[in-house]
Amino acid sequence: MSNTNPLLDVSGLTKHFPIKGGFPIRRTVGAVQAVDGLDFQVNEGESLGLVGESGCGKSTTGRLITRLLEPTAGTVRYRGQDITHASRRELAPVRSEIQMIFQDPYASLNPRQTVGKIISGPMEINDINPAGGREKRVRELLEIVGLNPEHYNRFPHEFSGGQRQRIGVARALALEPKLIVADEPVSALDVSIQAQVVNLLQKVQQELGIAFVFIAHDLAIVRHFSQRVAVMYLGRIVEIADREDLYGNPRHPYTRALLSAVPEATVDEDAPARERIRLVGDVPSPINPPTGCRFRTRCWKATEKCATEAPPLVQAEGNKPGHLTACHYPETADPIPAPRLAKNTEAAA
Amino acid sequence: MTPPTPSAAAPLEVTDESVEKPIASGSPKGGESRSPGRLAWKRFKRDRTGVISAYVVIFFFVVAIAAPLIAKLYGKDPYTTYASQDPSLLDAFSYPAGPNGGMSSQFWFGVEPQLGRDVFTFLLYGIRTSLGIAVAATILTVVAGVVVGVTAGYLGGKTDYLVGRVIDILLSFPSTLFFIAFMPVVYGIFVAPDDNIPTWLRATALIVVLSTFGWASIARLLRGQVLGLREREFVEAAKVTGAPPMRIVFKELLPNLWTPIIIQSTLLLPALVTTEAGLSFLSVGIIDPTPDWGVMIARGAQFYSQDITFMLFPGISMVLFVVAFNLLGDSVRDALDPKSKR
Ligand SMILES: Nc1ncnc2c1ncn2[C@@H]1O[C@H](COP(=O)(O)OP(=O)(O)O)[C@@H](O)[C@H]1O
Ligand code: SF4
Ligand SMILES: [Mg+2]
Repeated sequence: MSNTNPLLDVSGLTKHFPIKGGFPIRRTVGAVQAVDGLDFQVNEGESLGLVGESGCGKSTTGRLITRLLEPTAGTVRYRGQDITHASRRELAPVRSEIQMIFQDPYASLNPRQTVGKIISGPMEINDINPAGGREKRVRELLEIVGLNPEHYNRFPHEFSGGQRQRIGVARALALEPKLIVADEPVSALDVSIQAQVVNLLQKVQQELGIAFVFIAHDLAIVRHFSQRVAVMYLGRIVEIADREDLYGNPRHPYTRALLSAVPEATVDEDAPARERIRLVGDVPSPINPPTGCRFRTRCWKATEKCATEAPPLVQAEGNKPGHLTACHYPETADPIPAPRLAKNTEAAA
Repeated sequence: MTPPTPSAAAPLEVTDESVEKPIASGSPKGGESRSPGRLAWKRFKRDRTGVISAYVVIFFFVVAIAAPLIAKLYGKDPYTTYASQDPSLLDAFSYPAGPNGGMSSQFWFGVEPQLGRDVFTFLLYGIRTSLGIAVAATILTVVAGVVVGVTAGYLGGKTDYLVGRVIDILLSFPSTLFFIAFMPVVYGIFVAPDDNIPTWLRATALIVVLSTFGWASIARLLRGQVLGLREREFVEAAKVTGAPPMRIVFKELLPNLWTPIIIQSTLLLPALVTTEAGLSFLSVGIIDPTPDWGVMIARGAQFYSQDITFMLFPGISMVLFVVAFNLLGDSVRDALDPKSKR
């Protein structure tokens, strides 16, 4: 991994949502530890996949990067500039360079605005006057995302989910960003349409050289899209690696479990038939996360050490540079040991 | 729904989206868009009750606005005691001499008992006064409610908590009782006890007091709506592009609040018309000789056993107005928010 000059540099990023309670004076009685100390970089033009089960803090991470949320701790640097606590005004110069695509295409477009207004709004706010006028630019953008430019005056309710998501992409592109955070951009869409939207994003990423933080809840979609993948569990990154390393040599038990759920996951053809690992139980509450390794309540290899010592995110033995794993007992290519398997996992040839 | 009509201006092929349902098949004309407002208008026009009620309501407003013009053409005014010019209008007991409350080609709606004023112009001006006050109070109430509610909802935190408690307190007041007790106090602040209270002061005080107790429920409703909208992703999308708070409130939130605002206003106005009339009836609002719906009903109540005609005109017209306005409000709500239909 070349850390020479990352576009986005996140270190120790933390977000705890306070839980208020009590009457009549409301006090903070606890905290949802949604994101707890993330470190990662995104290089220019690169796509980083951010994967994890629902509720593990992916959206919160995306919102922290785009500064929709105020980080509790840690820093976010964009092109070396610290934007962790920048106010709206201080943020203005880089605002247009970091954009976001949202998960729900039905909630992310204002139902009272026409497509033209939705897409030209960002230009209006940032006082951008493209040659030929904003309307012309909007029509261009509509064309880029594969919509009919004549739909300029239509309202969101006249479009299907996939088309709406394309409008969302056009809005994000309106400011010619350098980084787009895409928060599960296709998970609300029909399976048949997901691929089309992913292809569009891929085209945008490659042709316009935009860096992506692509959030997804399974490893299947990210695989086609991201050069690098980070796996999150309960607010922490448990494994981060280049695509080939992550899919071919998963070292963290959680990554392995996620990967076993991906149907056509056969990166290395000569690998033995993949065992299917079924994760039992739910993700524990981020209000009261397990001590030590947060995955230990569902891990088939957990020991005393896992309960007391949080495993650091480091380059495990046998990993390529840049392949970091947070586990005391990293996985090897061996099948999962039988005794544990009986307890927590299900084997399927 | 209209059958799909592919239009020349907007060909329906949508690149590689063939799997998806193509865009809005029933768009009526070429580039014309079906804005939510336009759709609501279309729904409203189909609702016959709503349209008739709207005509009735519009009629009342036209009458109120044109009252001086109508009175001029008709040749009378609401203040002159016509019986003192022509004693034959009233009988020995000061009741209208003619049948049906003295209705005639001269006095279309008859003559008022005792003072002998003209009922027709008195009613016209009475509607004018009452509607004027109710409309002003509605506007003030809604504006205050929207400003407070949206601010509290958008800012959240301590502001929201504080505003919420104030709203709780205001809503727990028995407001009718409070109006009756409080109006004289308000007058007392501006006018020495023995002086006459000018009509403009009475009207202004009514508007202010009605609004003071009215904004809370609208503010509460809008606060809730904003709390929901604020979390919607399109607001976040606007923030990500750097939209300042004012733009978010006016361009993103407010356009989505017009529905509840309009619905609340249409519920509020008839309620304020009756409240205003009620207060005037109890002589804490507008008082005789200023023409007013409530004043007129109060006068009518004094004579109804002998001269029911005088009571009928203000009574029926007010019932008609309030019923029509409420029906209109229902239709407006159904048109704007078709899901709420019972
Ligand atoms: N505004 C908030 N207030 C309190 N808790 C929140 C808030 N937003 C998210 N959370 C909590 O933080 C955790 C992570 O949420 P999120 O980032 O949305 O997860 P993901 O996108 O991975 O599904 C969840 O437990 C969620 O309940
Ligand atoms: S540290 Fe322990 S509990 Fe956590 S993943 Fe590794 S083996 Fe499992
Ligand atoms: Mg999410």
